[in-house]
Amino acid sequence: MSKPLLEIKNLHAGVEGRKILNGLSLEMNAGEVHAIMGPNGSGKSTLASILAGREDYEITDGQVIYQGEDLLEMAPEERAHKGVFLAFQYPIEIPGVNSTYFLKAALNEKRKANGQPELDAMEFLTLVKEKMKVVELPEDFLKRPVNAGFSGGEKKRNEIFQMAVLEPTLAILDETDSGLDIDALRIVAEGVNRLKTANNAQLVITHYQRLLNYIVPDQVHVLSNGRIIKTGGKELALELEEKGYDWITKGDAVAA
Amino acid sequence: MSTATDTIEGFVKKEYKYGFITDIEADSAPPGLNEEIVRFISAKKQEPEWLLEWRLKAYRHWLTMKEPRWPHVQYPPINYQDIVYYSAPKSPKDAPRSLDEVDPKLLETYEKLGIPLRERERLAGVAVDAVFDSVSVGTTFKETLAEKGIIFCSISEAVREHPDLVKKYLGTVVPYTDNFFAALNSAVFTDGSFCFIPKGVRCPMELSTYFRINAAKSGQFERTLIVAEEGSHVSYLEGCTAPMRDENQLHAAVVELVALEKAEIKYSTVQNWYPGDENGVGGIYNFVTKRGLCKGANSKISWTQVETGSAITWKYPSCVLLGDNAVGEFYSVALANLKQQADTGTKMIHIGKNTRSTIVSKGISAGRGQNSYRGLVEVRKSAIDARNYTQCDSLLIGDRCGAHTFPYIDVRNTSASVEHEATTSKIGEDQIFYCNQRGISTQDAVNMIVNGFCKEVFKELPMEFAVEAQKLLGVSLEGSVG
Repeated sequence: MSKPLLEIKNLHAGVEGRKILNGLSLEMNAGEVHAIMGPNGSGKSTLASILAGREDYEITDGQVIYQGEDLLEMAPEERAHKGVFLAFQYPIEIPGVNSTYFLKAALNEKRKANGQPELDAMEFLTLVKEKMKVVELPEDFLKRPVNAGFSGGEKKRNEIFQMAVLEPTLAILDETDSGLDIDALRIVAEGVNRLKTANNAQLVITHYQRLLNYIVPDQVHVLSNGRIIKTGGKELALELEEKGYDWITKGDAVAA
Repeated sequence: MSTATDTIEGFVKKEYKYGFITDIEADSAPPGLNEEIVRFISAKKQEPEWLLEWRLKAYRHWLTMKEPRWPHVQYPPINYQDIVYYSAPKSPKDAPRSLDEVDPKLLETYEKLGIPLRERERLAGVAVDAVFDSVSVGTTFKETLAEKGIIFCSISEAVREHPDLVKKYLGTVVPYTDNFFAALNSAVFTDGSFCFIPKGVRCPMELSTYFRINAAKSGQFERTLIVAEEGSHVSYLEGCTAPMRDENQLHAAVVELVALEKAEIKYSTVQNWYPGDENGVGGIYNFVTKRGLCKGANSKISWTQVETGSAITWKYPSCVLLGDNAVGEFYSVALANLKQQADTGTKMIHIGKNTRSTIVSKGISAGRGQNSYRGLVEVRKSAIDARNYTQCDSLLIGDRCGAHTFPYIDVRNTSASVEHEATTSKIGEDQIFYCNQRGISTQDAVNMIVNGFCKEVFKELPMEFAVEAQKLLGVSLEGSVG
């Protein structure tokens, strides 16, 4: 078996002196879907932010190796060029910047960094129209400013749409299910499933089990107090749904 | 938290691209201002008696005035006796007739600035009246324009060749009594442009002027007058840049536009004078009076400005809507970066019936810049059914800058409809990170957001100017984030 796509080794990190991750370790291979679950404040979104390169966090120990390289040494845009994609929990509005223009710039930056020719307007439009079907977005989306005035559900669908266009190698979905009604949840999950290939991996961060009715993970990790305290198959998610987090986190407290 | 701010700070630090000084011997008046200097300037220009008299009246009136202190800007007192009021490049005793006669050093300067003075501008369809210090050194395309009866020349030449026209319109829109800097300009203006579009003529090309301040301690006092006769149409471009130096340089220009019945004047400016360094040292003081008179019915005057330079900008391009159905427009992008201060906006004076005005102002503040919008919408009693729409948006980059708005509305007719919309937004670290995460660099992200913010104004600029303006804004904001 080849090297893992992503290796997180004993990661310790915090913000403003407060420790959030306490020795988190995780391995993911290409072709896999992993779910990270855990109670509020367990460090789920911190992990997502650190992987994407947000600078607010201080990393005190540990390593993140992505495709054999030190991920933490790379600037956020470099990570993006190398195929790391974060679907934001709260997608950001950028008024005045047209969605098509934004996405074309993003895609062409990535292509440039990878020595591929940039797409011209026509080629891009053809690609985009194809990809819009993945998340059932209306075409007028493209004419609107990035996320500005979008509903919560539209913003989440837009994240998955961007993911479809950028074709990441490692997609991190940070609570993409939060704030979605059941139809939107289905559309988003189906979109994610369609984007799955043997060469990419998806790290799905969620608080609730319900997303995992649609996205079937190879592994489920339970995060508590900044480290993974239990790993299992998809059935672990169902168990959590039934019993809540207490039965594991309490054990963790005792173990600690 | 501090990272985004650091990021934003770092971006601001980009040296002024056009900071160089050309070494040309100047034929200058001694520093200071008195009646003798006014006479000296007038004599140098071989002006007729009436103009000298007008200058002297302006000078005497100026002596009775006080420098305005109401703008939201701060600067040390200006010593008007320290300023050189006249300096001209020495080598051409007589103004050159063609570019071949122009001092090669001067051409080199233009080259560095990227001004298309030779064949390039013919291809681009732009006629250039280049002002270097105080004397016009190259005027092109005059013949093409002359065929249509259009006069486009320096104001000094206009005084000599077309004295009646100048006498008829000079000071009719901005009288020398108007304000402190207008009075000063009227007394000591040295050069500028004159443009006359005869009845029914549509000017076949964009007219353009580049201003440049060069000689040490020289103030520059431009005077521009544009007259569009009945049914005529003209689009005028003005762009400028100045070399880097340590002391503040005063620039007090006056621009007057007159549009007769059904005439249309479009005046676009890209201003890129030296803004001073990040501590506010050096940089141009840009105290300008620009006003257009929509004299005839159905006339239209449109101002578009992109102000990225100068240490201080104090400027309110205005429209007096005298004729019925006249239209006034003001589209502005003003950037205050480093320690720049901008107090800019417009005045729309509705006098005629059914007059309309549109104001779109986009203020960008970065670094320790302070940006103020100051605007007046005045609807006089006679202005039945006047309409105004004002949109006034501010964008902040970083947390050490400021944005301010001072809208004044004075309506004396109940049939008027006046709308005012305003927004303030900030380029946040979240937006930058979102772009970064999608593979877009911080600088590209800032440019993208700023250009998105400004696009309503940019679309009003002539095509090639819009591209230039967009680039300029990018250069001016380099280092303001990242």
